[in-house]
Amino acid sequence: MANIQEKIAKLFPAATFENDNSGILQITVADEQWHELAKNLRDDPDTAMDYLVTIVGMDWVEKLGCIYYLMSTRHNTMCSVKVAVTDRDKPYIHSVADLWRIAEIYEREVYDFYGIVFINNPDMRRLFLNIDWVGYPLRKDYDEDPAINPVSIENERQTDLTSVYKEEGGKVVKTEREIFHKDDFVVNIGPQHPATHGVLRFRTAVDGETIKKIDVYMGYIHRGVEKLCESLQYPQTLHFLDRLDYFSGQIYHHGLCLLYEKALNIEVSRRAQVIRVMMDELSRIASHCLFIGTYCMDLGATTMLFYTLRVREQILDIFEKTCGARMTFNYACIGGVMQDLAPDFADDVRALLEVLPKNIKEYNKIFTGNVIAKNRMEGVGVLTREDAISYAVTGPSGRASGWACDIRKLQPYSIYDELEFDEIVREEGDSMARFKVRMAEMEQSARILAQLVDNIPDGEYCVKVPKVVKLPKGQWFQLVEGCRGAFGVYVESDGSTKPFRLKIAPPCLPLAAVVDHITQGSKIADLITIGGSLDYIVPDMDR
Amino acid sequence: MEVTTKSMPYEAWKDNEYIEQLVKELQESGTNVIVGSFDKLINWGRSNSLWPLTFATSCCGIEFVSLGAARFDMARFGWEVARASPRQADFMMVAGTIVNRMVPVFRRLYDQLAEPKYVIACGSCAISGGPFRKSYHVAKGIEDIVPVDVFVPGCPPRPEAMIYGIMQLSRKIKVEKFFGGVNRQESQKEFLAKHPIPADGE
Amino acid sequence: MYNVSDSHIFDFSRVTGPIHDWLTGFLPGWAATTVECVAIGVGLLLLYALLALFYIYFERKVCAAFQCRLGPNRVGPFGLLQSFADMFKILIKELICLNHIDKFLFALAPYLVIIASMLCFAVLPWGDGLQIIDFNIGIFFLIACSSIGVLGILLAGWSSNNKFTLIGALRSGAQMVSYELSIGLSVVTMVCLAGSMSVTDIVLAQGNGWFIFKGHIAAVIAFIIYMIAGTAETNRGPFDLPEAESELTAGYHTEYSGIHFGFFYLAEYLNLFIVSGVATLLFFGGWMPLHIPGWEGFNTVMDYIPTPIWFIGKAILLSYIIIWFKWTFPRLRIDQLLSLEWKYLLPISLFNLALMVCFITLGWHF
Repeated sequence: MANIQEKIAKLFPAATFENDNSGILQITVADEQWHELAKNLRDDPDTAMDYLVTIVGMDWVEKLGCIYYLMSTRHNTMCSVKVAVTDRDKPYIHSVADLWRIAEIYEREVYDFYGIVFINNPDMRRLFLNIDWVGYPLRKDYDEDPAINPVSIENERQTDLTSVYKEEGGKVVKTEREIFHKDDFVVNIGPQHPATHGVLRFRTAVDGETIKKIDVYMGYIHRGVEKLCESLQYPQTLHFLDRLDYFSGQIYHHGLCLLYEKALNIEVSRRAQVIRVMMDELSRIASHCLFIGTYCMDLGATTMLFYTLRVREQILDIFEKTCGARMTFNYACIGGVMQDLAPDFADDVRALLEVLPKNIKEYNKIFTGNVIAKNRMEGVGVLTREDAISYAVTGPSGRASGWACDIRKLQPYSIYDELEFDEIVREEGDSMARFKVRMAEMEQSARILAQLVDNIPDGEYCVKVPKVVKLPKGQWFQLVEGCRGAFGVYVESDGSTKPFRLKIAPPCLPLAAVVDHITQGSKIADLITIGGSLDYIVPDMDR
Repeated sequence: MEVTTKSMPYEAWKDNEYIEQLVKELQESGTNVIVGSFDKLINWGRSNSLWPLTFATSCCGIEFVSLGAARFDMARFGWEVARASPRQADFMMVAGTIVNRMVPVFRRLYDQLAEPKYVIACGSCAISGGPFRKSYHVAKGIEDIVPVDVFVPGCPPRPEAMIYGIMQLSRKIKVEKFFGGVNRQESQKEFLAKHPIPADGE
Repeated sequence: MYNVSDSHIFDFSRVTGPIHDWLTGFLPGWAATTVECVAIGVGLLLLYALLALFYIYFERKVCAAFQCRLGPNRVGPFGLLQSFADMFKILIKELICLNHIDKFLFALAPYLVIIASMLCFAVLPWGDGLQIIDFNIGIFFLIACSSIGVLGILLAGWSSNNKFTLIGALRSGAQMVSYELSIGLSVVTMVCLAGSMSVTDIVLAQGNGWFIFKGHIAAVIAFIIYMIAGTAETNRGPFDLPEAESELTAGYHTEYSGIHFGFFYLAEYLNLFIVSGVATLLFFGGWMPLHIPGWEGFNTVMDYIPTPIWFIGKAILLSYIIIWFKWTFPRLRIDQLLSLEWKYLLPISLFNLALMVCFITLGWHF
């Protein structure tokens, strides 16, 4: 990283450098130079930061700003860039939506939460909240009085216009732009629709059965988790993560615990690590099972759902015996896990590993080889590798496009570097590839489980942790591989018992953002195929 | 009159007092014999044929999927005909958090349900806002938005709890009156008068 | 042609004949006909409702069996009364009045759909002597009637003033009009073999062997095409695009509630019965018991089983296959659906028709 630092320092003498507590190089730069620096970081072959992990909006009271987490798919290095502005009434930052496609939606999120306007972003609307919402909820001075933003049964106001802010002669000018053409036939799909997998809403311009454009509306399950976390103590923040992507609850917990443990310098016992990894992989299998079931149901093959849920129920039984719940486990905690394993955990896992290959074989027999299924999925919704990176589509969907983006391999955490498993990468990038990647990942997860199930070491399941958890001042960032992609979590602490800022970078937000790009020109029925194959979880993207 | 369902003893139900109260009210108002037997027939049909609306916002919805699966199999009770169109559904299982932005949509769905319609608040989020109660963007329980018939607590409730909840609903329907004074609809009307439908809706 | 009067098949005109004679004995001719019409109408309606309810129950049980579930088992013994409870409820469910719709067409559509399927009942060969009307163009009448249904679906989609229903209805229109060609052609193929359009003649022609055996290759091809097209005609999976739940909520009947929706719901299952009934008529001998030439004892035993049981039993067996399709296959996309019909099924059925004609002229059939 040092030579990169020198190189950038030469080009941008005003930039300052420091390492954050996770060991990621942080460049602080003024807004005027930000776009140029971003371009440099992305295009310079030495840095090649082509993957924008997340944009963390920040309110440091005296300043507003963003922290951009960037990653290079070529060098597997990360860096972050901090851009801050002091004007609270009219905060402007230059957009990088032209460099990373996903930035468009990330910037909308920051605008929604902090009111930071991004110059040149083609679509500067609110993302999660109504257009009439008063105030920016994640600002520290936000007034939470329910009288200002009451719960109303009046239909939300809607507009077909979006604003674009452009710089003209040193002044920022707001212009308005229409989202759809005047003569478009717009069909509203969602938020209450059986195929949107939750309360996501697509406004779809169609020409007959062909899709011309999709405008994604989110926020129908936006629960303000990030703001809630700021008023809770560190251990309390954990339980929200079960309710984001409720299939990756174990993994998200694991991720946040890793971050806290890193911050607190806690060494977790080997036993706890093995348990955590086993739970992660079990939930990955359960999640992919449900994916296969619901996806086949979306395509009309309802019966598959019942066969896949059979395996899922078996896994839920294993969870239930140990964690005491079927879905919201709240199992991993700072220092280890909440309770010790149930006595027959290992036997149950062995029984599962025995039936799993048979079941996968059965799924392939029923569905994968079916002519209709092939016709519905092959060549539908092709996402190229470049687009997958630009849209930050990670997880199985990204790997189906040929991007080896498995965090377990790129930045091995916990004991993943000791385990033997393959990263499934396919080149086709279509819905079939996304389906097959998940099928194969179930086998790999089973492989990991088979390695661990016979050697769960003895020891304590949870190390001693101070009663009151206080993180030292600083900032941390942690990535883990969720069931649907790279899950990032950023915590900034001011030294108290509560996080100053806790940012969740969910894998599902990019998945929803890419829908418009890959559905253009396909049929309405393909929207269902594509949406299903991306497998987004709406509460995860909305938070 | 003991209101119970097949293969479930009366004593096994938890809130018999409530149903007994309903039955008492019913008997006080008095029923004609012919009308009464018609009522029985209709209530038999209604209570045994509850079609849910496919409506789920978050975690509880996944448990609702499990409820339909082979292990819990809600088809045994005839609830598996989940309708995607609110016009054809009988009850709404509000599975998941209802946030501010969803409230108008949710209320509209309720208004679109055809009478007789019932609502089950499923999970702590729907009941009170649950873990997200303090959030700036979460409705604190759906009680203020639509009249609720049955509350099923849990986060998320187990499928067994959901079955119990829907069976309770079916028990409530059994003591409803179709002809003459309709006890349930009165309270529904009262509620709707307090929470009017906005002018531009429907 | 098979001589029924020589066999042991019970001729139901032995029952209906005396009733007719008894009625005309004390009533003038027109009054007797009216009474008979009313009686048959009531009987038909009852049969219609019972069959539909049975089919709903049947499908729910079959689908549950495919999905390792139990299916309805709480209402009545084995859940037999489940669909009755459903119907009671639907009957008294609110009919929602919508604004900004074409009220007349909206109300008309479900009746058109249900009338179309009811008319088809008139010519189905229920049993020996149990046919309601015995046209000499019975099969033609059947095809004509079943085409009215699509009108109802189009009207339903159009008059609801809803984008989803409109897309659903147009999909349905495109689908049904296309697949009617294949149905028509495979019916024509079989009519060629029978040499008559009269339903009774078609049945009687199969007395010494069902057409699927008599016409061998060409008949089997026609049967497969008929089953595919028939599944599409009834809007059932894998061709259930018009009401594709995951795409269009409930398709053309999204806005219908109460008994109007009940009509669509019933008609769907009745169409299933009609399609399998016609398949029974054309390929499996209608009410004709299974006869194997030469096995006289076997044939006599078969003859003792009443003919309505033969017909309904065969029809249910064929419906089972269609239900099997639905719960196994994923759904097709609209363009794949149409290309399947126009690029594959239609040319094959045309070729098959020619093949059948060759068979008949060369005498290669049995």
